[in-house]
Amino acid sequence: MTFRKMLLASAVVLCAAMPNSASADTSDKKIALSNNYAGNSWRQAMLTSWAKVTGEAVKTGVVAAADAFTTAENQATEQAAQIQNMILQGYDAIVLNAASPTALNGAVKEACDAGIIVVSFDGVVSEPCAWRIAVNFKEMGRSEVEYLAKKLPEGGNLLEIRGLAGVFVDDEISAGIHEGVKQFPQFKIVGSVHGDWAQDVAQKAVAGILPSLPEIVGVVTQGGDGYGAAQAFAAANRPMPIIIMGNREDELKWWKEQKDANGYETMSVSIAPGVSTLAFWVAQQILDGKEVKKDLVVPFLRIDQDNLEENLANTQAGGVANVEYSQADAIKVIESAE
Amino acid sequence: MRLTPSTDAIRLAIPALSLTVLLAAVFWLQPRAMSYIGLNLLFNLAVPIALATIAQMLIMSVNDLDLAMGTFVSFVACVTATFLRDDPLVGVLILAGSVAVYAMLGVVIHLRGLPSIVVSLGMSFVWAGLAVLLLPAPGGQAPEWIRSLMTMKPPLAPMAIVASILIAIVAHLIVMRSSLGVLIRGIGGNQRSVERAGWSVLAARAAAYGLAGVFAVLAGIALVGLTTSADANIALRYTLLSIAGVILGGGEFIGGRVSPIGAVIGALTLTLAGSFLSFLRIWPDWQIGAQGAILIIVLALRLLLNRLEYREKRR
Repeated sequence: MTFRKMLLASAVVLCAAMPNSASADTSDKKIALSNNYAGNSWRQAMLTSWAKVTGEAVKTGVVAAADAFTTAENQATEQAAQIQNMILQGYDAIVLNAASPTALNGAVKEACDAGIIVVSFDGVVSEPCAWRIAVNFKEMGRSEVEYLAKKLPEGGNLLEIRGLAGVFVDDEISAGIHEGVKQFPQFKIVGSVHGDWAQDVAQKAVAGILPSLPEIVGVVTQGGDGYGAAQAFAAANRPMPIIIMGNREDELKWWKEQKDANGYETMSVSIAPGVSTLAFWVAQQILDGKEVKKDLVVPFLRIDQDNLEENLANTQAGGVANVEYSQADAIKVIESAE
Repeated sequence: MRLTPSTDAIRLAIPALSLTVLLAAVFWLQPRAMSYIGLNLLFNLAVPIALATIAQMLIMSVNDLDLAMGTFVSFVACVTATFLRDDPLVGVLILAGSVAVYAMLGVVIHLRGLPSIVVSLGMSFVWAGLAVLLLPAPGGQAPEWIRSLMTMKPPLAPMAIVASILIAIVAHLIVMRSSLGVLIRGIGGNQRSVERAGWSVLAARAAAYGLAGVFAVLAGIALVGLTTSADANIALRYTLLSIAGVILGGGEFIGGRVSPIGAVIGALTLTLAGSFLSFLRIWPDWQIGAQGAILIIVLALRLLLNRLEYREKRR
């Protein structure tokens, strides 16, 4: 009897000694990832991050399982069926990157009614019973202008490179940029082109508009278009403005070359694909009994002059700079929302 | 058409058998599915697919093919989530109008001798455009009555099963038992002989298309009842799913040989195949291939059946 008590006591001490670990409460919980699309480098990185971080979490016993499911076709009806299957499979939480903000609401509601925690991220759902980890694209656009204002206090002319016309993300980032220009009126947007988030399209568009523009001091971008813009400026023999980058590997590499050659300075900002791991930890925290607000905001992954080398080294060729989130990061995000 | 009942029975037996085998496999993999709620979760998204499959089957029974099924169901879903809820009268008028458009398509295709594939492909862009105009961003809300109808919990069997059986019976009565149904299938079998017998092929084809429109409208409404809101791209998969459902259920592309009960079973089988693969934890990259493999296996069984039938005929 005493031996058993001792064993129990030592187990308690062991549990208490483990810092920041919530394994006691969620070790028997199963979490599933419902993903609608895996066809580009960002999504591939997202799935790799999920596998890496949750694999570790399962191994150390934080959760019992964390399986990733991707629908074969990017269709809401198929993903709704996938979510219903997850309910049947007895998962305790579903982490969701949704094909549609509304068309999955029926399936999400079924899951909530079955007592399942649903955390959506990136592609969020509007069903009130689900949690949302959304991206504040507006703030991302505004922060670009803010950076330029710090670097170029006297202001000047800006060129805006937009994304794919008619897509929500493009409207949001652009609205943020224009908000930033209103906040820092020393800047003026003298030209705007659509780069479709692709270097080749951006290069052609910028090369086309450059001859008609006055001197440009900064280029505000949406990611995936900075390298193309730089090529166009170089080809036109124009002085190189500060081009905001978007964490793509080719952009970071070009930036590094310029930095080594002539001390070129800029910054780079985008959303890390590892946001899936943030959603995982948020789901784990909710299962652990934490009070979590329904709407959370993803932090940006920003690369500056001093951490460029480190980030470039960690980025795969042709990929996107990534960061994997930890349980502590998730707790920080949860607390900052309160 | 000297078919003995036995081959007709076998024709229906194969889809029924594949459904049973898949269902047994799913129950074995996931015993939790073997319950009232489980069955409902497995099959409720099959209800709109079954309705769309019946619609496609009606068009296939006159030797045509509708490539606009997915976009049309999406369009109906958008109407249901907007007009049918906020202004029921306008909503009903729009849906009735779209059924009339379907019937008119049948007339145009018949009079002008146009290939239905081209006409319906063209219409798919029209429906998609209208859907985007109605709901430029995903949204809308399902009318209360359809939401409560689709989430109803009848005694004995879950709603998904009750609805599937109901759809199969109604479609069977229309297509196999009514004189209109015989006429429609007759056009697929031998249009000229139907014409010579004094029937209006034009009216029958228009009726087939109109009926297809009605079932497709029901599919869109049922879908919104399940998802609670719409999206202009919500049902794009239905075009191919509905064709595959008809074929899986024992129908043929030509010859007016269709089976409404088989079509419903085909739709259920397709839905179940997806769940089966997901329960098996097959890596997503392989899932499309695996889904194709299931289709090929069932179709191979069909080929075998056709051989048997041929031999029987020669006897």
